[in-house]
Amino acid sequence: MKVMAQVAMVMNLDKCIGCHTCSVTCKQTWTNRPGTEYVWFNNVETKPGAGYPRRYEDQEKWKGGWTLDRRGRLRLKAGGRLRKLLTLFHNPDMPSLDDFYEPWTYDYQSLTTAPLSDTFPSARPKSQLTGRDMRPVHGPNWDDDLAGAAEYAAADPNLRGLAERVRLEFEHTFMFYLPRICEHCLNPSCVASCPSGAMYKREEDGIVLVDEDRCRGWRFCVSGCPYKKVYFNHRTGKAEKCTFCYPRIEAGQPTICAETCVGRLRHLGVMLYDADAVLDAASVQDDKDLYEAQLSVFLDPHEDWVREAAARDGIAHDWIEAARRSPVYALIKEHRVALPLHPEYRTMPMVWYVPPLSPVADAVHATGYHDDDPDRIFAAIDALRIPVEYLANLFTAGDTAVVEGVLRKLTAMRGHMRAKQLGDPADRRLLERAGATADGVEDLYRLLAVAKYDERYVIPKTHAEGSGALMAQHCSLDRPGGVADLASHDEVDPAPPELPGLAAPGGGAHFRDSDGQVRFNLLGWNGSAPAPGLFGGTEGSAP
Amino acid sequence: MNSWDLWWWVILPYLALVTFVVGHIWRWRYDQFGWTSRSTQLQEGRLLKWGGPLFHYGAFAAIAGHVLGILVPESFTRRLGIPENTYRWFSSVGGTVAALAVLAGVAVLAFRRTTVPRVRATTSPVDWLALILLAVVIVLGVIPTLGINLFGAGYDYRRSVSLWFRGLFAGNPDVPAITHAPLIYQVHATAAWAILAVWPFTRLVHAWSLPLWYLWRPYVLYRRRVPAHPAEPGTGGRRWRRIGVRY
Ligand code: HEM
Ligand code: SF4
Ligand code: SF4
Ligand code: SF4
Repeated sequence: MKVMAQVAMVMNLDKCIGCHTCSVTCKQTWTNRPGTEYVWFNNVETKPGAGYPRRYEDQEKWKGGWTLDRRGRLRLKAGGRLRKLLTLFHNPDMPSLDDFYEPWTYDYQSLTTAPLSDTFPSARPKSQLTGRDMRPVHGPNWDDDLAGAAEYAAADPNLRGLAERVRLEFEHTFMFYLPRICEHCLNPSCVASCPSGAMYKREEDGIVLVDEDRCRGWRFCVSGCPYKKVYFNHRTGKAEKCTFCYPRIEAGQPTICAETCVGRLRHLGVMLYDADAVLDAASVQDDKDLYEAQLSVFLDPHEDWVREAAARDGIAHDWIEAARRSPVYALIKEHRVALPLHPEYRTMPMVWYVPPLSPVADAVHATGYHDDDPDRIFAAIDALRIPVEYLANLFTAGDTAVVEGVLRKLTAMRGHMRAKQLGDPADRRLLERAGATADGVEDLYRLLAVAKYDERYVIPKTHAEGSGALMAQHCSLDRPGGVADLASHDEVDPAPPELPGLAAPGGGAHFRDSDGQVRFNLLGWNGSAPAPGLFGGTEGSAP
Repeated sequence: MNSWDLWWWVILPYLALVTFVVGHIWRWRYDQFGWTSRSTQLQEGRLLKWGGPLFHYGAFAAIAGHVLGILVPESFTRRLGIPENTYRWFSSVGGTVAALAVLAGVAVLAFRRTTVPRVRATTSPVDWLALILLAVVIVLGVIPTLGINLFGAGYDYRRSVSLWFRGLFAGNPDVPAITHAPLIYQVHATAAWAILAVWPFTRLVHAWSLPLWYLWRPYVLYRRRVPAHPAEPGTGGRRWRRIGVRY
């Protein structure tokens, strides 16, 4: 057993309003540079929809993630190591820019320089790759809010097996938003696919990063990630990906996308897990067992033996304490309402989702019933196979029972809190049918509905005690008397001992300057006595 | 041998070799960030699918052929008991296959570079220079391979070009050997050492990064967060300088 810590995220999809604020703030922070115009470390998709890049979830085509070989061993879906080296010159599984979209801007200048005319001037779209005129035909959220659903939503790979029953006409359809970032997987196939070994998972917090200095542009990480969350910078020729805003995480702050989330639906916290169990968990035979398998990898920080093992494996005390208060652990493991996105890719993703109740509630509402009536919703969960099966394709590799269980619990939570606030008697039967307790759903309610900033984000700071020595390396002010000379600022302590030979004749004074030389200070000098070291001199040359 | 010959066939090649070595050391130390294949597959894939592998596999075969033909002396193959005719036949057939692959590959890649706007837009001037030199080397290398060896009388480069080239490394280049070779060989050789001189400053450095380690390393790599050294004073934090990148 090897205990490791991971900073993980849970998003509560019911609260996402699809405003794309997270995408925009992330872009302003990380990818507002030439070469990354088409890159969205955070993107928000409307589901059902084709996604970004289009149909990225179709792994039969893109070959991302892992799969089991005939002998049940975990293999990269895109093939073995030798095959990768032999196809270095052209990666057969690489998505093209058109699968993302060709980024464009507008020729705004023409608006101000156009000559006077009877018609309005217009700004033509220009490709940000070539600078030529272009016709935008796709964007990162082209099918937002089911726009063009007849064409795009039908292309959603999660509708497999449901296609003949899903009706995408306006009155019958359902939708919700799915904000996506890199999953910072426990078993990252991007890392495994990188021939250079430039990608790595950080031991301290599990963040998956690209070492830009060691990336050689072989672009196998791009195709290796099933979530298509590694991007190729077409100007620098290097791969880039979501950094989980590691400089902020190191400082104990939430990621930009979480910090700015309008719906306040993102939770960040520490998960402790057994790194030695990951491979076995990722190799279970049945896709539908992957959710439970991943749950079994997580360790309960409330158990004494786990805390002892964590301390033994070098996890700092404040990190273990943070793991106990982790909202992410509570949602994933205690309440079991958060689910992983596409566990069947076998990468063990670490950004989990509380599935939305809204598609079901909407459907009940459409039938004229009150969508707060738990009985109705329970009935609807059973009856409305389509949204549930769809959610199961997203979150549990098709296991509808798990999704149903979560939706029941969320419904029970709503019913219970509603009754409580109206002063109605608590309906014990409701909770029982969802397998929940009153305390449990009240805590869940607190987490999902009222948790404040420091309850949503429990992020311990990185231990960087050792890095101070490095920082001082180039600082020339840490000499005696310099800014970094703490003693010279300290008024309580006695003054530091006089440097040898620093009492100068003739009223002048000697001082040691920033490059360590002893110089003569003209201030207070009587003008006639000798002024040794006026033009600088080494320590030894001072009288 | 006049001074022009000395300059052209001895001094410049040595300067190119020195630039090659020193340039690589410099680039490795100062420009890890620029050390990449600068793949353009994102922009265009259909032509690359053919051009990339044809060119590279052809180039590897051609390089192997050069090692055999130029660096291995004739006396060595003779001592191994390989008759001249067998050697000729083998080098002609092998050379022809490699030549055709490399030629087709470079044609597709050149077509792609010049006509696909997205690819064109990412090409820096020094890339153009390297690609043109490569094209010259390849075309002029292929013509003799196909024309003279297969159809013509056959010209024994092992008695001329090879002597000069091997001499470069031995320290006593045989200048008359190359000056008496046909012009086409001379231009080929010239472009070849010119490539060596620009190599470290182009994307061609990617050739040294063939990631063989991948074959036996563990799949998932972990690294500890290491505090980075602060930037060198006066560099504004940039540890690398970009070469040949217009942006
Ligand atoms: C040793 C192993 C080598 C590997 C693994 C390798 C790999 C690659 C890769 C991945 C690309 C990018 C293809 C793309 O656009 O996606 C590339 C391009 C290129 N390579 Fe290599 N290469 C190797 C050796 C060489 C050698 C020896 C040469 C020249 C003699 C060479 C010349 C080129 C050129 C000219 C391009 C640019 C092609 C273009 O116009 O797009 N490579 N190589
Ligand atoms: S989601 Fe992130 S960590 Fe997981 S495989 Fe993709 S890029 Fe790697
Ligand atoms: S964690 Fe940071 S880099 Fe990643 S998507 Fe969110 S804002 Fe972007
Ligand atoms: S900012 Fe929050 S609410 Fe808005 S789209 Fe992103 S995740 Fe959804």
